[in-house]
Amino acid sequence: MSENGKPKFAMYWAASCGGCEIAVLNIHEKILDVDANFDVVFWPVAMDAKYKDVEAMPDGSITLCLFNGAIRNSENEHLARLLRRKSKILVAFGSCACEGCIPALANLTNRKEIFEAAYASVSTDNPQGVMPQPSWQAPEGDLHIPQFYPVVKTLAQVVKVDYYMPGCPPESHQIAAVVDLVIQALQGQASLPPAGTVIGAGMSTVCDECPRARHEKKIKKFVRIQDIKPDPTLCLLEQGILCSGPATRSGCSALCPKAGAPCVGCYGPTDGVLDYGARLMTAIASVIDSTDPEEINRILDGIPDPAGAFYRFNMASSLLRAAKPAWTDK
Amino acid sequence: MADTFEPIIIGFTCNWCSYRAADLAGTARVKYAPNVRLIRLMCSGRLDPTFVLKALAGGADGVLITGCHPGECHYLEQNYKAMRRFYLLQRTLAQLGIEPQRVKLVWASAAEGVKLAQEINNMVEEVRALGPLRWPAWANADGSLLAEEHAEPAANEEVKA
Repeated sequence: MSENGKPKFAMYWAASCGGCEIAVLNIHEKILDVDANFDVVFWPVAMDAKYKDVEAMPDGSITLCLFNGAIRNSENEHLARLLRRKSKILVAFGSCACEGCIPALANLTNRKEIFEAAYASVSTDNPQGVMPQPSWQAPEGDLHIPQFYPVVKTLAQVVKVDYYMPGCPPESHQIAAVVDLVIQALQGQASLPPAGTVIGAGMSTVCDECPRARHEKKIKKFVRIQDIKPDPTLCLLEQGILCSGPATRSGCSALCPKAGAPCVGCYGPTDGVLDYGARLMTAIASVIDSTDPEEINRILDGIPDPAGAFYRFNMASSLLRAAKPAWTDK
Repeated sequence: MADTFEPIIIGFTCNWCSYRAADLAGTARVKYAPNVRLIRLMCSGRLDPTFVLKALAGGADGVLITGCHPGECHYLEQNYKAMRRFYLLQRTLAQLGIEPQRVKLVWASAAEGVKLAQEINNMVEEVRALGPLRWPAWANADGSLLAEEHAEPAANEEVKA
């Protein structure tokens, strides 16, 4: 408890885009409940605080910590371990912390190629070819920046996580419901789910929440969303648009399919799934309407980047986790 | 090392054709490489790509998927589903840096014990030539994370915040 008697709240971003923070602010007037019930002690995007302030806090003194972002470098890992020590409830908040998300797509390649894309491609003005170095001897002394890891990890691959809240970002109404639950639990009016539970999401798949009409699927050709004028009432997958709905956990109210865009899978796997991409591959391959190897391969040519499409959000928590060039990059 | 490397290959067989082919090879005393560990499924259509990924992540050097010939599936057309999943999986595995020779699809009828034995021998030699896969063991067999992942790094590895 802090001086004002309120439980402490922290939110941190590791390798992430900041969308999770915006989703939290998108709970609108509920944010006042957060402020009324919690003392916000650490939230780099919203307030000024230093890492040493967190280090000075007693272990377990933060009641609720929402940790978003994947573990891309040694600074991310340091903060993950620090906040784990300081927090009673550590939530892997958002797809990056839960399963790696877009940052973990870099697990398909090695550090050299990542750095070349970031610092030496046409979009970067870097005539001297300067690349980041973990340490540098400056006249004033040795300078250090965090070490860039070859393989992006999820939060749970570094520390023990109490709850998982999927989504890219988690939907604001789900965040509000979770905030409500934690407040009620603190007041003794509700109990928290068992550790390890996925919270703020459904138990079924996106297809279950999708209002589009579904029939038996027979796909002869995969198309991109810009190639056709999709029927607004018919299942997108039936129209040949690669949709991740069949394998993705519900909870978003099928936001993307309702808006005319295919599900990209940000809510991750449902309970008991070992490998999200494998489940999605199973579903997609089943509905291809051909028994001829040549034709099947021609149809599959319509999915130009299968690893990126089937593991867009899940690469770091997939069974293979990273491509060979990534994990052999020592 | 290359001389003594014995590949570990996980083989999935279907109850109605390829398992019986393997059985026939056994009763007919056809010799084939002992490197393959056969797992019987009711149908190749049962083959979830998860099985293949789990085998590779768990230390296998290759995976052999077998089933009834196209058109001869006991469950009418499930082997076509297996075929489509295999092609899709193969494309995905290529992006992950896994050579196509490590995951193969072979059709074998219940009468093709000799053919299946030859296919197994061929695959063992192909994988032997590639060498061990040695995919990192990211997790324990029960899916829990390895102890070292949760271990605190040594003090000198900590970042200066």
